[in-house]
Amino acid sequence: MADQHAPMLSLRGLTRRFGGLTAVDAIDLDLGKGELISIIGPNGAGKTTLFNLVTGLDRPDDGAVRFEGQDITGLSPERLAAEGIARTFQLGRVFGNLSVMDNVLIGAHTRLRAVKPAMAVIGPLLELGLALLRPAGVRAEEERLREEVKAILARFGERLLPRIDQPAYSLSYANRRRVEIARALALKPRLLLLDEPTAGMNPTETAEMQALVAELKAEGLTILLIEHKLEMVMRLSDRVIVMDEGRKIAEGPGEEVRTDPKVIEAYLGHGLSGTTEQESAA
Amino acid sequence: MSSWLDYTINGLIVGNVYALVAVGLALIFGVSRLINFAQGSIYLVGAYIGWVAVVRLHTPLPLTIIVVAAAAAVVGLIIERFGLRPLQNSVRIAPLLATIGISFVLDQLVMLTFSPNPRALPSQLPDVRFQLGGGTIGPLDLLIAGVGLTSALLLFVFLRYTKLGWAVRATAQDRDAAMQMGVDVNRVNQAVFGIAAALGGVSGMLVGMYYNQIDTAMSLQATLKGVVAEVVGGAGNVPGAVIGSLLLGLVESYGVAILGTSYRNLFAFLLLVVVLVLRPNGLFVSARQAPPEPLTGTFVAPSRPVHIPRLVLLVAVAGFALLPLFPVSFYVLQTLINAWLLGMLALSLTLVAGTMGQVSLGHAALLAIGAYTSALLSLTLAVPTGLAVIGGGLMSAALGTLLISPSFRLRGHYVSIATLAIGEIVSLVILNWESVTRGPIGISGIPPLSLFGYDLISPSSVYWFSLAVMVVLALLQGRLLSSHLGRSFRAIRDDDIAARAYGLSLNRYKSLAFIFGGFAAGISGGIAAHLYSYINHETFNTQQSILALTVVILGGLGNVVGAIAGSVALVGLPELFRIAAEYRILIYGIVLLLLVRFRPQGLLGTI
Repeated sequence: MADQHAPMLSLRGLTRRFGGLTAVDAIDLDLGKGELISIIGPNGAGKTTLFNLVTGLDRPDDGAVRFEGQDITGLSPERLAAEGIARTFQLGRVFGNLSVMDNVLIGAHTRLRAVKPAMAVIGPLLELGLALLRPAGVRAEEERLREEVKAILARFGERLLPRIDQPAYSLSYANRRRVEIARALALKPRLLLLDEPTAGMNPTETAEMQALVAELKAEGLTILLIEHKLEMVMRLSDRVIVMDEGRKIAEGPGEEVRTDPKVIEAYLGHGLSGTTEQESAA
Repeated sequence: MSSWLDYTINGLIVGNVYALVAVGLALIFGVSRLINFAQGSIYLVGAYIGWVAVVRLHTPLPLTIIVVAAAAAVVGLIIERFGLRPLQNSVRIAPLLATIGISFVLDQLVMLTFSPNPRALPSQLPDVRFQLGGGTIGPLDLLIAGVGLTSALLLFVFLRYTKLGWAVRATAQDRDAAMQMGVDVNRVNQAVFGIAAALGGVSGMLVGMYYNQIDTAMSLQATLKGVVAEVVGGAGNVPGAVIGSLLLGLVESYGVAILGTSYRNLFAFLLLVVVLVLRPNGLFVSARQAPPEPLTGTFVAPSRPVHIPRLVLLVAVAGFALLPLFPVSFYVLQTLINAWLLGMLALSLTLVAGTMGQVSLGHAALLAIGAYTSALLSLTLAVPTGLAVIGGGLMSAALGTLLISPSFRLRGHYVSIATLAIGEIVSLVILNWESVTRGPIGISGIPPLSLFGYDLISPSSVYWFSLAVMVVLALLQGRLLSSHLGRSFRAIRDDDIAARAYGLSLNRYKSLAFIFGGFAAGISGGIAAHLYSYINHETFNTQQSILALTVVILGGLGNVVGAIAGSVALVGLPELFRIAAEYRILIYGIVLLLLVRFRPQGLLGTI
């Protein structure tokens, strides 16, 4: 185990280039255990690319990612999921033809033990055999996970539970985002990356989501959050990182960052001042 | 031909012909991210129009070329307008299936019009050869090179200097942005399909003249070669397609020089597999490029499967099981035995293509592996046929999975190409590996099925046996679908990126799907071998692969009951209406097209 004070996630000089464009440019970041850091910035600033680099869906051209002291740069997303890194996607990638229950059960995939014996070469064949024969241990594991999924879904009130057997494609946009988060929680993550969890949600739904994220933080979960709704960012974050054109242009406590001239310039004065007006009106 | 220079010239000329097909495929892939499986059929149509022009109408060569190009372009436009444009907002699997269906309809129409017998296509050019260094070159070689270079030049000018050409390039780079900038994407598609078809048609005609022979088998070969060249050059990359084609031509030509003509295709497919494994994005694009985005659309049509009560299924199975006790004709039992054998194949394909989303076009190869294994086990090692059939299933599972594994990191359309190629490789190996498979002679005298020492000879015992095996396989598959593997397979099909982010290894689960599916297909092939008592390399052909695919779409992708109901329908109905064999593929193709267009989720719904 890493030292308690060592950051859980640390990025050093992380860089990703697409042709002539540097989407992520020498980003440094340290995220302590139990901390919540928000990444904000205009569209195209490289926030989602940064998430892709951390979760293994894309590989950096330069720099390193360390998770709990271990170098995880360029590992496959499958490996990283097994390490306890879960994420949600900006565009909402639920499994359309799977039921809500099955979607969330996929989140628990890395935790399957009874049906997935950790053995090289014959492991997959045993998995096939166990899935077909389903001895008591496998049935018990599946049953336990199903109960767990129901408990996770209960965190979203009556939003998802009544729809537990419905296919995900039939859900509303907001409910798909919730399914994504439920799926991420089913992994029992040590690090959770949320990519715009409230995109397309109305104020009530946003407030619900904000309360849930606050709850997760209070439970000690380490969270990296991409979010455009600044009020939520200010309330939840221990620190805020501002990205623009791939670079980190500011970092610090929310209040400090929002008055930073560089940040205001990056948003061309629109985003921040607009929100400030709204808030002062409220 | 003797010298290396001759082989080089031959390779470059053949490469030029492939380039005409591959460039069309690359253009189409560029603007619509679609591998056009009908490209080879247009090439076939071009060859036969050329034959009509030369042999019947006696047109001079320049006019022949123009007639072929124009007629092929019209076919391309029709395909675009009526086959693909209606599917623009459809699920991703729909256009893929549509081009497969179109390809079979076109091939069958040509076959029904001109008969499947090969025809001679004279080149109209003087039969002389010029000395060139240590080799020779003929006027037809020069013509092919000339047509290749002229087309490349015209295409370059079109893409570079005309407004429509810009629109094509813009659409290829970013379809949504192009549409927002006012590019008429339908016109772009039309242009691209027209050009691709004209080039493909001329290519078919030139090949016909080059070998002075045309036949309907050319179609599949051309699609395969064109796709190999395109994949080698990088999908959607037009100059890459040209270079890939020349490379393919040379590899084949040198391969033939070393090992002989029957190995020509083997070299082509080996090149494909090597490129797919080492550089899946083609020779000119780095393999570690980010996966193409966005992938927001679903691969299969979303639908709620039709719920069939268990009791109804039970009654249906019992009804079919009791059938031989009633005075039914041998013919009815025979037809249903065929339906059960097809049902096993369809179970396999509905798992692989439906549940897992890997649309396999070479599924008949799994039948062949199972059939040969079972036949050889029982003949040469005197294994009891019951066990031999299981051996066939295991061999299909193992070998099929091993062969298909290079394609596991690829997406949708590439899997179809890889499986098509693997199907071809299997039949080539069966044909050439005479010491084991007895080559073109085939295997005869395969003993009948037996179970615990009792021979199953009467029609009703064979009927019960195959029905029972199919029901057991179906129950197993149902159990698989209800396990964590079922949801894992379907999750990978719906969104492989999200699946990987949650720890699902694509290699592992695609392998398991092919192992399970391969087993069912191998069993079907094994039983068939013992029923037919004679098999050869043509017993299990693409016709069966396509029939199985149609069954699977008809029943609903991934739907176990649907696969069986579809088999009974597609085997039974043509028998009922006494449709002649040569029209059946045509009908399967049309059924496939209609389903994709009007009921993509199939009769019983996608699972």
